Amino acid sequence: MLFFDDVSKIYSHDAIALKNINLRIEPKEFVSLVGASGAGKTTLLRLLLREEDPSGGHVYLDGIDITSIPRRRLHHVRRRIGTVFQDYKLLPMKTAYENVAFAMEAAGRLDEEIQEDVPQALDVVGLGDKMKNYPHQLSGGEKQRVAIARALVNRPDVILADELTGNLDPVNTWEIMKLLQKINELGTTILLASHNKEVVNAIGKRLVVLDHGEIISDEQNGKYLL
Amino acid sequence: MLFTTLKRTIHAGLVSFWRNGWLSMATIMVMALTLFVMGSLLFVNALMNSVITSLEQKIDITVYFMPGATDDQMLAVKQDVEKLPDVKAVTFVSRDAALAVFQEAHKDNALIASALQEVGENPLEASINIRATDPRHYAAISDFLVNKKYPIVEKINYFENQTVIDRLSSILASVRGGGALIALFLAFIAVLVAFNTIRIAIFTMREEISIMRLVGATSWFVRGPFLVNGVLYGVVAAVATVLAFLPITWLIAPKLLLLVPSFDLYHYFAANFLQFFGLLAAFGVILGSLSSVFAVRRYLKV
Repeated sequence: MLFFDDVSKIYSHDAIALKNINLRIEPKEFVSLVGASGAGKTTLLRLLLREEDPSGGHVYLDGIDITSIPRRRLHHVRRRIGTVFQDYKLLPMKTAYENVAFAMEAAGRLDEEIQEDVPQALDVVGLGDKMKNYPHQLSGGEKQRVAIARALVNRPDVILADELTGNLDPVNTWEIMKLLQKINELGTTILLASHNKEVVNAIGKRLVVLDHGEIISDEQNGKYLL
Repeated sequence: MLFTTLKRTIHAGLVSFWRNGWLSMATIMVMALTLFVMGSLLFVNALMNSVITSLEQKIDITVYFMPGATDDQMLAVKQDVEKLPDVKAVTFVSRDAALAVFQEAHKDNALIASALQEVGENPLEASINIRATDPRHYAAISDFLVNKKYPIVEKINYFENQTVIDRLSSILASVRGGGALIALFLAFIAVLVAFNTIRIAIFTMREEISIMRLVGATSWFVRGPFLVNGVLYGVVAAVATVLAFLPITWLIAPKLLLLVPSFDLYHYFAANFLQFFGLLAAFGVILGSLSSVFAVRRYLKV
């Protein structure tokens, strides 16, 4: 379970990213986090990864206070969270296989497991035949699939997806969204940050709307109309 | 687990070294230049030592004995001097030996030969030749001999050559001190250049470092391959440097021999090749790995 307990992020008196956010996300939920640019979606995800520290409040993952973990032990939490970014964030000097394998190696998994799981993960995202390609040899949609494979290969509790369809054409966008839904159905919690109305409305799951750092709406099967 | 991590770290370092070929090449070139400067400083140091030693060997003092001094008396003085801690060697030169050396030195001079014949007997005195561990100690050795007031000592030539010896000692000390300072300064500049080159190389990979952290890698898991890269930079640069020194020393040695006959650069390099390579490789490895670790640390704070 994810829990944002009265979380604020203030950069300066006129740059308030998040104000007293209280948000509880149950295991296996699919939550779309929506709002205009600057609403605070990405900041919320960054706090969950501890890329940034909150100005106030706490963030919990299964009862563990992420905000108070020493930085040198953060990797334990990050291995339980898969992350997919709009700009893919793949390692340019590694092949698709190596990018996915890296997450497993970093988690200390055995070579046999890596050799078995990485091709499976790449098969799931439809890239079984492009394992040896480098990121620059892949299209935007393919890069995003590699990023998804990397995010799910360690079987995380949660996958954070930050504007993951922002750089994709409509066909790829829908395919990637279907993939995310499939991963969610298999039991992984998904937290999707997006400003794409069509996408979040089509998913039809829980919708949390952020505006100027505050939650202005939180409902199941909600529609994003702004 | 430790073995697996080590294997993965070394493998990742080797792969990264190979795939970032141009970056590795550029870094190695700068590192090799740094090692070249360090190696050249070692050569200059050896050259200076050779020149200084050869000059120091030319400085000595001679104690001349009275004509009637017996062998026992003279040997007693020799033994006293030998006991002094600053004395490196003492050589006894008998009257006959002094004459033989004199005759050999002037064998082509008919005038001197006839003068010796006219004198009829050996006009030269027995002496002891004293070499100190450092030219600055001659004054103390001479003072010792004067204070002892040996009745058989006729003359100590230090007092005649005092100005020259003191000046030479002072110049040699200045050359040593100044040379060390210049070497330190050059070495510092070279190290700074290499360190900054590695920092720039790692700066280009800062995005990758943060990605690695975000997908759950520990600091050391990220740092490891960069450390391996740093070690490789050092070793390859050391190999390149000693390979470059082979033809360079071979070409320079004959010209340098004309200026400093006591120092054969190529022979010195060949004789000390392994120590030279070991020293440069160790320096390169330490510089490369430390620079990498320090440069990466900054981007690990994600």
